[in-house]
Amino acid sequence: MYCQECQQRPATLHFTKIINGEKNEFHICEQCAKEKGDFIPGSNSFSIHNLLSGLLNFEQPLSDPGTAARSKQVTQCSQCGMTYPEFAKIGRFGCMNCYKTFASKLDPIFKRIHGGNTDHSGKIPKRLGNDLLERKKINQLREKLQQLIAQEEFEEAAEVRDRIRSMQQRLEGRD
Amino acid sequence: MSLERFMSEAISPWMKREGPDSDIVLSSRIRLARNLENHVFPMVANEQQAEEVNQQIRQHYADESYGSVGRLTYFDVDQLKPIEKRVLVEKHLISPNLAEDPKKSGVLMSEDESISIMINEEDHIRIQCLFPGFQLSEALTLASGIDDWFEEKVNYAFDEKHGYLTSCPTNVGTGMRASVMMHLPALVMTQKMHRIVPAINQLGLVVRGIYGEGSEAQGNVFQVSNQMTLGKSEQDIVEDLRGVVLQLIEEERSARKNLFETSKIQLEDRVHRSLGILSNSRIIQSKEATKCLSDVRLGIDLKIIEGISRKILNELMILTQPGFLQQYAGKPLSPDERDIRRATLIRERMKLEKNNE
Ligand SMILES: [Zn+2]
Ligand SMILES: [Zn+2]
Repeated sequence: MYCQECQQRPATLHFTKIINGEKNEFHICEQCAKEKGDFIPGSNSFSIHNLLSGLLNFEQPLSDPGTAARSKQVTQCSQCGMTYPEFAKIGRFGCMNCYKTFASKLDPIFKRIHGGNTDHSGKIPKRLGNDLLERKKINQLREKLQQLIAQEEFEEAAEVRDRIRSMQQRLEGRD
Repeated sequence: MSLERFMSEAISPWMKREGPDSDIVLSSRIRLARNLENHVFPMVANEQQAEEVNQQIRQHYADESYGSVGRLTYFDVDQLKPIEKRVLVEKHLISPNLAEDPKKSGVLMSEDESISIMINEEDHIRIQCLFPGFQLSEALTLASGIDDWFEEKVNYAFDEKHGYLTSCPTNVGTGMRASVMMHLPALVMTQKMHRIVPAINQLGLVVRGIYGEGSEAQGNVFQVSNQMTLGKSEQDIVEDLRGVVLQLIEEERSARKNLFETSKIQLEDRVHRSLGILSNSRIIQSKEATKCLSDVRLGIDLKIIEGISRKILNELMILTQPGFLQQYAGKPLSPDERDIRRATLIRERMKLEKNNE
Protein backbone atom coordinates (compact mmCIF):
# COMPACT_ATOMS: atom_id res chain seq x y z
CA MET A 1 0.00 0.00 0.00
CA TYR A 2 1.32 3.41 -1.00
CA CYS A 3 1.20 6.55 1.08
CA GLN A 4 -2.01 8.40 0.39
CA GLU A 5 -0.27 11.76 0.64
CA CYS A 6 2.71 11.42 -1.70
CA GLN A 7 1.59 8.27 -3.51
CA GLN A 8 5.29 7.45 -3.84
CA ARG A 9 6.62 5.80 -0.70
CA PRO A 10 5.11 2.76 1.00
CA ALA A 11 2.71 3.62 3.82
CA THR A 12 4.14 2.58 7.15
CA LEU A 13 1.65 4.27 9.47
CA HIS A 14 -1.97 3.28 9.59
CA PHE A 15 -4.54 4.86 11.83
CA THR A 16 -8.08 6.00 12.19
CA LYS A 17 -9.20 9.56 12.66
CA ILE A 18 -12.66 10.81 13.44
CA ILE A 19 -13.73 13.82 11.45
CA ASN A 20 -17.17 15.21 12.09
CA GLY A 21 -18.17 12.00 13.76
CA GLU A 22 -17.07 9.90 10.82
CA LYS A 23 -14.29 7.38 10.98
CA ASN A 24 -11.56 7.88 8.39
CA GLU A 25 -8.62 5.58 7.77
CA PHE A 26 -5.22 6.97 7.02
CA HIS A 27 -2.20 5.28 5.51
CA ILE A 28 0.90 7.39 5.19
CA CYS A 29 4.64 7.14 5.00
CA GLU A 30 6.97 8.31 7.70
CA GLN A 31 8.35 11.27 5.78
CA CYS A 32 4.96 12.74 4.98
CA ALA A 33 3.96 12.19 8.55
CA LYS A 34 6.98 14.13 9.75
CA GLU A 35 6.25 16.94 7.35
CA LYS A 36 2.63 17.01 8.28
CA GLY A 37 3.51 16.82 11.91
CA ASP A 38 0.10 16.25 13.33
CA PHE A 39 -0.25 12.73 12.05
CA ILE A 40 2.01 10.40 13.82
CA PRO A 41 1.81 8.86 17.18
CA GLY A 42 5.24 8.26 18.62
CA SER A 43 7.20 10.82 16.64
CA ASN A 44 8.80 13.70 18.49
CA SER A 45 6.33 16.30 17.45
CA PHE A 46 3.47 14.11 18.36
CA SER A 47 2.68 13.46 21.98
CA ILE A 48 -0.48 11.93 23.31
CA HIS A 49 -1.58 15.48 23.98
CA ASN A 50 -1.24 16.35 20.34
CA LEU A 51 -3.36 13.34 19.62
CA LEU A 52 -6.01 14.67 21.89
CA SER A 53 -6.05 18.17 20.54
CA GLY A 54 -5.15 17.25 16.98
CA LEU A 55 -7.32 14.27 16.32
CA LEU A 56 -10.22 15.01 18.55
CA ASN A 57 -9.94 18.74 18.44
CA PHE A 58 -9.99 18.75 22.16
CA GLU A 59 -8.44 21.38 24.33
CA GLN A 60 -5.73 20.01 26.52
CA PRO A 61 -2.91 22.20 27.71
CA LEU A 62 0.50 20.99 26.58
CA SER A 63 3.09 20.61 29.24
CA ASP A 64 3.96 24.18 30.01
CA PRO A 65 7.58 24.85 28.98
CA GLY A 66 7.72 27.41 31.77
CA THR A 67 7.11 24.81 34.45
CA ALA A 68 10.14 22.76 33.52
CA ALA A 69 12.39 25.79 33.47
CA ARG A 70 11.04 27.08 36.76
CA SER A 71 11.44 23.80 38.57
CA LYS A 72 15.13 23.78 37.64
CA GLN A 73 15.70 27.17 39.21
CA VAL A 74 13.34 27.03 42.16
CA THR A 75 13.70 23.88 44.20
CA GLN A 76 12.90 25.78 47.36
CA CYS A 77 9.39 26.00 48.72
CA SER A 78 8.27 29.61 48.79
CA GLN A 79 6.07 29.10 51.85
CA CYS A 80 8.25 27.14 54.26
CA GLY A 81 11.70 27.40 52.70
CA MET A 82 12.22 23.64 52.37
CA THR A 83 14.61 22.74 49.55
CA TYR A 84 14.43 19.53 47.60
CA PRO A 85 17.71 18.17 49.00
CA GLU A 86 16.38 18.90 52.49
CA PHE A 87 13.15 17.12 51.73
CA ALA A 88 15.05 14.16 50.31
CA LYS A 89 17.19 14.02 53.41
CA ILE A 90 14.52 14.21 56.11
CA GLY A 91 11.72 12.64 54.10
CA ARG A 92 9.14 15.15 55.35
CA PHE A 93 7.36 18.01 53.67
CA GLY A 94 7.46 21.37 55.40
CA CYS A 95 4.03 22.54 54.29
CA MET A 96 1.27 21.87 51.80
CA ASN A 97 2.95 24.11 49.23
CA CYS A 98 5.93 21.73 49.13
CA TYR A 99 3.69 19.31 47.27
CA LYS A 100 3.39 21.85 44.47
CA THR A 101 7.03 22.90 44.60
CA PHE A 102 8.37 19.37 44.25
CA ALA A 103 5.49 18.11 42.11
CA SER A 104 7.60 16.99 39.18
CA LYS A 105 9.64 14.70 41.41
CA LEU A 106 6.93 13.21 43.56
CA ASP A 107 5.17 10.62 41.44
CA PRO A 108 8.12 8.18 41.32
CA ILE A 109 8.44 8.54 45.10
CA PHE A 110 4.75 7.95 45.76
CA LYS A 111 4.75 5.01 43.35
CA ARG A 112 7.49 3.34 45.31
CA ILE A 113 5.82 3.94 48.67
CA HIS A 114 2.22 3.28 47.73
CA GLY A 115 2.38 0.20 45.54
CA GLY A 116 2.44 2.05 42.24
CA ASN A 117 -0.24 4.58 43.13
CA THR A 118 0.11 8.32 42.74
CA ASP A 119 -3.47 9.56 43.04
CA HIS A 120 -5.84 9.82 45.96
CA SER A 121 -9.07 7.92 45.60
CA GLY A 122 -10.42 8.13 49.12
CA LYS A 123 -12.42 10.57 51.17
CA ILE A 124 -12.92 14.16 50.07
CA PRO A 125 -13.62 16.91 52.60
CA LYS A 126 -17.35 17.57 52.54
CA ARG A 127 -16.96 21.29 52.39
CA LEU A 128 -14.89 21.10 49.20
CA GLY A 129 -17.92 19.24 48.12
CA ASN A 130 -19.36 18.14 44.87
CA ASP A 131 -17.34 20.31 42.51
CA LEU A 132 -14.26 18.47 43.57
CA LEU A 133 -15.90 15.12 43.03
CA GLU A 134 -17.00 16.23 39.60
CA ARG A 135 -13.55 17.51 38.70
CA LYS A 136 -12.05 14.28 39.90
CA LYS A 137 -14.43 12.37 37.67
CA ILE A 138 -13.46 14.59 34.74
CA ASN A 139 -9.80 13.83 35.37
CA GLN A 140 -10.54 10.14 35.40
CA LEU A 141 -12.43 10.48 32.13
CA ARG A 142 -9.51 12.38 30.63
CA GLU A 143 -7.24 9.49 31.47
CA LYS A 144 -9.70 7.11 29.91
CA LEU A 145 -9.81 9.29 26.84
CA GLN A 146 -6.05 9.10 26.45
CA GLN A 147 -6.17 5.34 26.79
CA LEU A 148 -8.91 5.05 24.20
CA ILE A 149 -6.96 7.18 21.78
CA ALA A 150 -3.81 5.16 22.38
CA GLN A 151 -5.86 2.06 21.62
CA GLU A 152 -7.31 3.82 18.58
CA GLU A 153 -10.85 3.39 19.88
CA PHE A 154 -11.87 6.71 18.46
CA GLU A 155 -15.59 6.28 18.40
CA GLU A 156 -15.75 5.60 22.08
CA ALA A 157 -13.20 8.36 22.65
CA ALA A 158 -15.50 10.86 20.98
CA GLU A 159 -18.29 9.88 23.35
CA VAL A 160 -16.04 10.30 26.35
CA ARG A 161 -14.92 13.67 25.05
CA ASP A 162 -18.52 14.83 24.81
CA ARG A 163 -19.21 13.69 28.32
CA ILE A 164 -16.19 15.61 29.59
CA ARG A 165 -17.40 18.71 27.74
CA SER A 166 -20.87 18.63 29.18
CA MET A 167 -19.53 17.98 32.68
CA GLN A 168 -17.16 20.90 32.32
CA GLN A 169 -19.92 23.17 31.13
CA ARG A 170 -22.04 22.19 34.09
CA LEU A 171 -19.17 22.87 36.45
CA GLU A 172 -18.47 26.28 34.95
CA GLY A 173 -22.13 27.18 35.03
CA ARG A 174 -22.14 26.49 38.75
CA ASP A 175 -19.17 28.73 39.57
CA MET B 1 -3.72 3.21 96.87
CA SER B 2 -5.24 -0.24 96.56
CA LEU B 3 -4.47 -2.10 93.37
CA GLU B 4 -8.16 -2.31 92.63
CA ARG B 5 -8.59 1.43 92.69
CA PHE B 6 -5.30 2.04 90.90
CA MET B 7 -6.39 -0.31 88.13
CA SER B 8 -9.81 1.17 87.79
CA GLU B 9 -8.16 4.53 87.24
CA ALA B 10 -5.29 3.27 85.13
CA ILE B 11 -7.10 1.10 82.62
CA SER B 12 -8.94 3.06 79.96
CA PRO B 13 -12.69 2.52 80.19
CA TRP B 14 -12.84 1.47 76.52
CA MET B 15 -10.48 -1.42 77.35
CA LYS B 16 -12.82 -2.83 79.95
CA ARG B 17 -15.44 -3.63 77.37
CA GLU B 18 -15.08 -6.89 75.50
CA GLY B 19 -15.15 -6.71 71.71
CA PRO B 20 -15.82 -9.29 68.98
CA ASP B 21 -13.18 -12.00 68.47
CA SER B 22 -11.47 -10.85 71.63
CA ASP B 23 -9.89 -14.27 72.14
CA ILE B 24 -7.42 -13.22 69.46
CA VAL B 25 -7.91 -9.57 68.61
CA LEU B 26 -6.98 -7.28 71.50
CA SER B 27 -7.86 -3.97 69.89
CA SER B 28 -8.58 -2.14 66.63
CA ARG B 29 -7.35 1.34 65.88
CA ILE B 30 -7.89 3.96 63.19
CA ARG B 31 -5.66 6.98 62.94
CA LEU B 32 -6.25 9.89 60.59
CA ALA B 33 -3.53 12.45 59.88
CA ARG B 34 -4.77 15.92 58.99
CA ASN B 35 -3.22 19.35 58.53
CA LEU B 36 -4.59 22.85 58.41
CA GLU B 37 -4.43 24.79 55.21
CA ASN B 38 -1.76 27.46 54.93
CA HIS B 39 0.06 26.66 58.13
CA VAL B 40 3.52 25.13 57.95
CA PHE B 41 3.71 21.60 59.34
CA PRO B 42 4.73 21.21 63.02
CA MET B 43 8.24 20.01 62.23
CA VAL B 44 9.27 23.27 60.62
CA ALA B 45 6.93 25.57 62.57
CA ASN B 46 8.40 28.03 65.04
CA GLU B 47 6.82 28.39 68.49
CA GLN B 48 4.44 31.09 67.40
CA GLN B 49 3.28 29.24 64.29
CA ALA B 50 2.77 26.07 66.30
CA GLU B 51 0.86 27.97 68.98
CA GLU B 52 -1.46 29.48 66.37
CA VAL B 53 -2.44 26.03 65.16
CA ASN B 54 -2.82 24.72 68.69
CA GLN B 55 -4.99 27.66 69.68
CA GLN B 56 -7.20 27.40 66.65
CA ILE B 57 -7.98 23.76 67.33
CA ARG B 58 -8.31 24.20 71.09
CA GLN B 59 -10.67 27.12 70.68
CA HIS B 60 -13.04 25.06 68.56
CA TYR B 61 -12.88 21.67 70.20
CA ALA B 62 -11.69 21.79 73.82
CA ASP B 63 -14.62 21.00 76.13
CA GLU B 64 -16.89 20.52 73.14
CA SER B 65 -19.06 17.43 72.85
CA TYR B 66 -19.27 15.11 69.92
CA GLY B 67 -22.31 12.86 69.67
CA SER B 68 -22.33 9.89 71.99
CA VAL B 69 -18.62 10.37 72.59
CA GLY B 70 -19.23 13.27 74.91
CA ARG B 71 -16.85 15.98 75.93
CA LEU B 72 -13.27 16.25 74.73
CA THR B 73 -10.82 17.38 77.39
CA TYR B 74 -7.67 19.21 76.39
CA PHE B 75 -4.26 18.58 77.94
CA ASP B 76 -1.21 20.69 77.27
CA VAL B 77 1.54 18.15 76.80
CA ASP B 78 4.23 20.68 77.78
CA GLN B 79 2.53 21.04 81.15
CA LEU B 80 2.39 17.33 81.99
CA LYS B 81 4.91 15.75 84.34
CA PRO B 82 7.32 13.26 82.74
CA ILE B 83 5.58 10.36 84.46
CA GLU B 84 2.17 11.51 83.25
CA LYS B 85 3.43 11.72 79.69
CA ARG B 86 4.93 8.28 80.02
CA VAL B 87 1.65 6.86 81.25
CA LEU B 88 -0.20 8.38 78.29
CA VAL B 89 2.32 6.77 75.95
CA GLU B 90 1.89 3.40 77.64
CA LYS B 91 -1.87 3.71 77.23
CA HIS B 92 -1.27 4.48 73.52
CA LEU B 93 -3.04 7.82 73.91
CA ILE B 94 -0.09 9.90 72.75
CA SER B 95 2.93 8.91 70.69
CA PRO B 96 6.44 8.65 72.21
CA ASN B 97 7.31 11.38 69.74
CA LEU B 98 4.85 13.82 71.24
CA ALA B 99 5.99 13.04 74.78
CA GLU B 100 9.64 13.65 73.96
CA ASP B 101 9.29 16.84 72.00
CA PRO B 102 6.07 18.54 73.07
CA LYS B 103 6.53 21.86 71.29
CA LYS B 104 3.17 23.60 71.70
CA SER B 105 1.49 20.27 71.46
CA GLY B 106 -1.59 18.96 73.13
CA VAL B 107 -4.10 16.19 73.19
CA LEU B 108 -7.89 16.17 73.20
CA MET B 109 -9.31 13.10 74.89
CA SER B 110 -12.74 11.61 75.27
CA GLU B 111 -13.80 10.51 78.73
CA ASP B 112 -13.56 6.81 77.98
CA GLU B 113 -10.18 7.46 76.29
CA SER B 114 -11.28 5.66 73.13
CA ILE B 115 -10.62 8.89 71.25
CA SER B 116 -7.47 10.88 71.44
CA ILE B 117 -6.63 13.71 69.14
CA MET B 118 -3.03 14.81 69.08
CA ILE B 119 -2.26 18.40 68.15
CA ASN B 120 1.11 19.30 66.65
CA GLU B 121 2.53 15.85 66.45
CA GLU B 122 4.12 15.16 63.06
CA ASP B 123 0.93 16.56 61.58
CA HIS B 124 -1.28 19.32 62.97
CA ILE B 125 -4.04 16.88 63.83
CA ARG B 126 -4.01 13.16 64.43
CA ILE B 127 -7.37 11.64 65.21
CA GLN B 128 -7.16 8.25 66.87
CA CYS B 129 -10.00 5.90 67.72
CA LEU B 130 -9.44 2.73 69.72
CA PHE B 131 -11.96 -0.10 70.03
CA PRO B 132 -11.76 -3.37 71.96
CA GLY B 133 -11.62 -6.56 69.88
CA PHE B 134 -12.07 -6.65 66.15
CA GLN B 135 -14.05 -3.52 65.27
CA LEU B 136 -12.16 -1.83 62.47
CA SER B 137 -15.18 -0.62 60.53
CA GLU B 138 -16.73 0.77 63.70
CA ALA B 139 -13.49 2.61 64.43
CA LEU B 140 -13.39 3.97 60.89
CA THR B 141 -16.97 5.22 61.12
CA LEU B 142 -16.26 7.04 64.37
CA ALA B 143 -12.93 8.50 63.18
CA SER B 144 -14.48 9.65 59.95
CA GLY B 145 -17.35 11.29 61.84
CA ILE B 146 -14.94 13.20 64.05
CA ASP B 147 -13.02 14.15 60.93
CA ASP B 148 -16.21 15.60 59.42
CA TRP B 149 -16.91 17.47 62.63
CA PHE B 150 -13.42 19.00 62.59
CA GLU B 151 -13.78 19.91 58.97
CA GLU B 152 -16.81 22.02 59.77
CA LYS B 153 -14.63 24.53 61.58
CA VAL B 154 -11.15 24.28 60.09
CA ASN B 155 -9.81 24.16 56.54
CA TYR B 156 -7.79 21.08 55.81
CA ALA B 157 -4.73 20.92 53.59
CA PHE B 158 -6.19 18.88 50.76
CA ASP B 159 -5.33 18.45 47.12
CA GLU B 160 -7.41 16.76 44.44
CA LYS B 161 -4.56 14.63 43.20
CA HIS B 162 -2.84 13.75 46.44
CA GLY B 163 -5.72 13.87 48.91
CA TYR B 164 -4.94 14.85 52.51
CA LEU B 165 -1.51 16.45 52.51
CA THR B 166 0.65 15.13 55.32
CA SER B 167 4.09 15.85 56.60
CA CYS B 168 5.38 12.41 55.68
CA PRO B 169 4.96 11.05 52.15
CA THR B 170 4.01 7.66 53.63
CA ASN B 171 0.73 9.10 54.98
CA VAL B 172 -0.43 11.21 52.05
CA GLY B 173 -3.80 10.43 50.46
CA THR B 174 -6.19 9.05 53.03
CA GLY B 175 -3.83 9.95 55.89
CA MET B 176 -5.15 6.77 57.44
CA ARG B 177 -3.40 4.08 59.37
CA ALA B 178 -5.66 1.20 60.33
CA SER B 179 -4.24 -1.35 62.71
CA VAL B 180 -5.27 -4.40 64.62
CA MET B 181 -3.48 -5.84 67.63
CA MET B 182 -3.53 -9.61 67.70
CA HIS B 183 -2.43 -12.28 70.16
CA LEU B 184 -1.02 -15.11 68.06
CA PRO B 185 0.77 -17.55 70.39
CA ALA B 186 -0.10 -20.75 68.51
CA LEU B 187 1.13 -19.41 65.18
CA VAL B 188 4.42 -18.49 66.86
CA MET B 189 4.72 -21.87 68.66
CA THR B 190 4.09 -23.78 65.45
CA GLN B 191 6.62 -21.56 63.60
CA LYS B 192 3.95 -20.47 61.13
CA MET B 193 4.40 -16.76 61.75
CA HIS B 194 7.71 -16.77 59.84
CA ARG B 195 5.93 -17.84 56.70
CA ILE B 196 2.84 -15.69 57.18
CA VAL B 197 4.59 -12.36 57.73
CA PRO B 198 6.27 -12.12 54.29
CA ALA B 199 3.00 -13.11 52.61
CA ILE B 200 1.15 -10.33 54.41
CA ASN B 201 3.86 -7.83 53.47
CA GLN B 202 3.32 -8.67 49.84
CA LEU B 203 -0.28 -7.52 50.19
CA GLY B 204 0.89 -4.04 51.12
CA LEU B 205 0.26 -4.61 54.83
CA VAL B 206 2.78 -4.58 57.67
CA VAL B 207 3.06 -6.91 60.64
CA ARG B 208 5.13 -5.91 63.60
CA GLY B 209 5.64 -7.10 67.12
CA ILE B 210 4.57 -4.56 69.68
CA TYR B 211 6.78 -3.03 72.33
CA GLY B 212 9.66 -5.17 71.11
CA GLU B 213 12.35 -3.68 68.92
CA GLY B 214 13.08 -5.75 65.84
CA SER B 215 11.14 -8.74 64.67
CA GLU B 216 10.57 -10.53 67.94
CA ALA B 217 7.14 -9.81 69.28
CA GLN B 218 6.84 -9.52 73.02
CA GLY B 219 4.10 -11.64 74.41
CA ASN B 220 3.23 -12.92 70.93
CA VAL B 221 1.30 -9.73 70.28
CA PHE B 222 1.44 -8.43 66.74
CA GLN B 223 0.15 -5.32 65.07
CA VAL B 224 -1.16 -5.67 61.52
CA SER B 225 -1.64 -2.41 59.65
CA ASN B 226 -1.89 -0.91 56.19
CA GLN B 227 1.18 0.54 54.55
CA MET B 228 -0.34 2.23 51.51
CA THR B 229 -2.40 5.36 51.93
CA LEU B 230 -2.61 6.47 48.31
CA GLY B 231 -4.72 5.00 45.52
CA LYS B 232 -7.23 3.13 47.65
CA SER B 233 -10.28 4.35 49.51
CA GLU B 234 -10.50 4.14 53.30
CA GLN B 235 -13.17 1.45 53.02
CA ASP B 236 -11.05 -0.63 50.65
CA ILE B 237 -8.02 -0.37 52.91
CA VAL B 238 -10.07 -1.47 55.91
CA GLU B 239 -11.67 -4.24 53.88
CA ASP B 240 -8.28 -5.58 52.75
CA LEU B 241 -6.99 -5.50 56.29
CA ARG B 242 -10.16 -7.16 57.53
CA GLY B 243 -9.66 -10.01 55.11
CA VAL B 244 -6.13 -10.66 56.32
CA VAL B 245 -7.11 -10.40 59.98
CA LEU B 246 -9.99 -12.84 59.52
CA GLN B 247 -7.58 -15.27 57.92
CA LEU B 248 -5.09 -14.85 60.75
CA ILE B 249 -7.87 -15.45 63.29
CA GLU B 250 -8.82 -18.65 61.53
CA GLU B 251 -5.20 -19.84 61.27
CA GLU B 252 -4.55 -19.06 64.92
CA ARG B 253 -7.70 -20.88 66.03
CA SER B 254 -6.88 -23.95 64.02
CA ALA B 255 -3.25 -23.93 65.24
CA ARG B 256 -4.55 -23.71 68.83
CA LYS B 257 -6.92 -26.60 68.25
CA ASN B 258 -4.17 -28.63 66.70
CA LEU B 259 -1.74 -27.94 69.54
CA PHE B 260 -4.39 -28.80 72.08
CA GLU B 261 -5.15 -32.10 70.37
CA THR B 262 -1.58 -33.18 69.68
CA SER B 263 0.34 -31.80 72.66
CA LYS B 264 -2.23 -31.25 75.38
CA ILE B 265 0.00 -32.22 78.31
CA GLN B 266 2.94 -30.13 77.08
CA LEU B 267 0.63 -27.17 76.60
CA GLU B 268 -0.91 -27.61 80.06
CA ASP B 269 2.55 -27.84 81.55
CA ARG B 270 3.68 -24.65 79.84
CA VAL B 271 0.55 -22.73 80.83
CA HIS B 272 0.66 -23.82 84.47
CA ARG B 273 4.40 -23.13 84.79
CA SER B 274 3.82 -19.62 83.51
CA LEU B 275 0.91 -19.18 85.88
CA GLY B 276 3.20 -20.36 88.67
CA ILE B 277 5.85 -17.81 87.76
CA LEU B 278 3.35 -14.98 87.62
CA SER B 279 1.73 -15.98 90.93
CA ASN B 280 4.95 -16.58 92.85
CA SER B 281 7.96 -14.73 91.50
CA ARG B 282 9.54 -11.91 93.49
CA ILE B 283 11.61 -10.47 90.64
CA ILE B 284 10.44 -10.49 87.03
CA GLN B 285 11.71 -8.74 83.93
CA SER B 286 9.32 -7.32 81.41
CA LYS B 287 10.22 -9.86 78.73
CA GLU B 288 9.54 -12.87 80.94
CA ALA B 289 6.37 -11.29 82.27
CA THR B 290 4.88 -10.77 78.82
CA LYS B 291 5.86 -14.30 77.76
CA CYS B 292 4.16 -15.80 80.83
CA LEU B 293 1.13 -13.55 80.38
CA SER B 294 0.80 -14.76 76.82
CA ASP B 295 0.88 -18.38 77.99
CA VAL B 296 -1.69 -17.76 80.70
CA ARG B 297 -3.93 -15.92 78.30
CA LEU B 298 -3.73 -18.84 75.87
CA GLY B 299 -4.53 -21.14 78.78
CA ILE B 300 -7.63 -19.10 79.57
CA ASP B 301 -8.75 -19.13 75.93
CA LEU B 302 -8.28 -22.92 75.78
CA LYS B 303 -9.99 -23.38 79.17
CA ILE B 304 -6.86 -24.95 80.64
CA ILE B 305 -7.14 -22.28 83.32
CA GLU B 306 -10.45 -21.13 84.69
CA GLY B 307 -11.47 -18.30 86.93
CA ILE B 308 -9.08 -15.71 85.55
CA SER B 309 -10.35 -12.90 83.38
CA ARG B 310 -9.23 -12.89 79.78
CA LYS B 311 -8.52 -9.19 80.05
CA ILE B 312 -5.55 -9.91 82.29
CA LEU B 313 -3.08 -9.90 79.40
CA ASN B 314 -4.18 -6.53 78.04
CA GLU B 315 -4.28 -5.04 81.51
CA LEU B 316 -0.99 -6.31 82.79
CA MET B 317 0.84 -5.59 79.55
CA ILE B 318 0.00 -1.96 80.20
CA LEU B 319 0.26 -1.91 83.98
CA THR B 320 3.74 -3.47 84.06
CA GLN B 321 5.27 -0.80 81.81
CA PRO B 322 7.81 1.43 83.59
CA GLY B 323 5.51 4.48 83.70
CA PHE B 324 2.68 2.67 85.43
CA LEU B 325 4.97 0.81 87.82
CA GLN B 326 6.40 4.13 88.96
CA GLN B 327 3.01 5.72 89.21
CA TYR B 328 1.80 2.82 91.33
CA ALA B 329 4.91 3.00 93.49
CA GLY B 330 4.49 6.75 93.72
CA LYS B 331 8.20 7.35 93.08
CA PRO B 332 10.88 6.90 90.42
CA LEU B 333 12.27 3.37 90.26
CA SER B 334 15.55 1.94 89.00
CA PRO B 335 15.29 -0.97 86.54
CA ASP B 336 16.08 -3.48 89.32
CA GLU B 337 13.43 -1.96 91.57
CA ARG B 338 10.98 -2.10 88.68
CA ASP B 339 11.52 -5.84 88.29
CA ILE B 340 10.64 -6.30 91.96
CA ARG B 341 7.63 -3.98 91.76
CA ARG B 342 6.49 -5.70 88.60
CA ALA B 343 6.52 -9.09 90.30
CA THR B 344 4.60 -7.65 93.26
CA LEU B 345 1.99 -5.98 91.09
CA ILE B 346 1.40 -9.14 89.07
CA ARG B 347 1.10 -11.25 92.24
CA GLU B 348 -1.39 -8.82 93.72
CA ARG B 349 -3.33 -8.81 90.49
CA MET B 350 -3.52 -12.62 90.44
CA LYS B 351 -4.68 -12.62 94.07
CA LEU B 352 -7.37 -10.08 93.26
CA GLU B 353 -8.64 -12.43 90.59
CA LYS B 354 -8.85 -15.29 93.11
CA ASN B 355 -10.72 -13.14 95.63
CA ASN B 356 -13.26 -12.11 93.02
CA GLU B 357 -14.00 -15.72 92.18
ZN1 LIG C 1 4.09 9.86 1.79
ZN1 LIG D 1 6.78 24.07 51.91
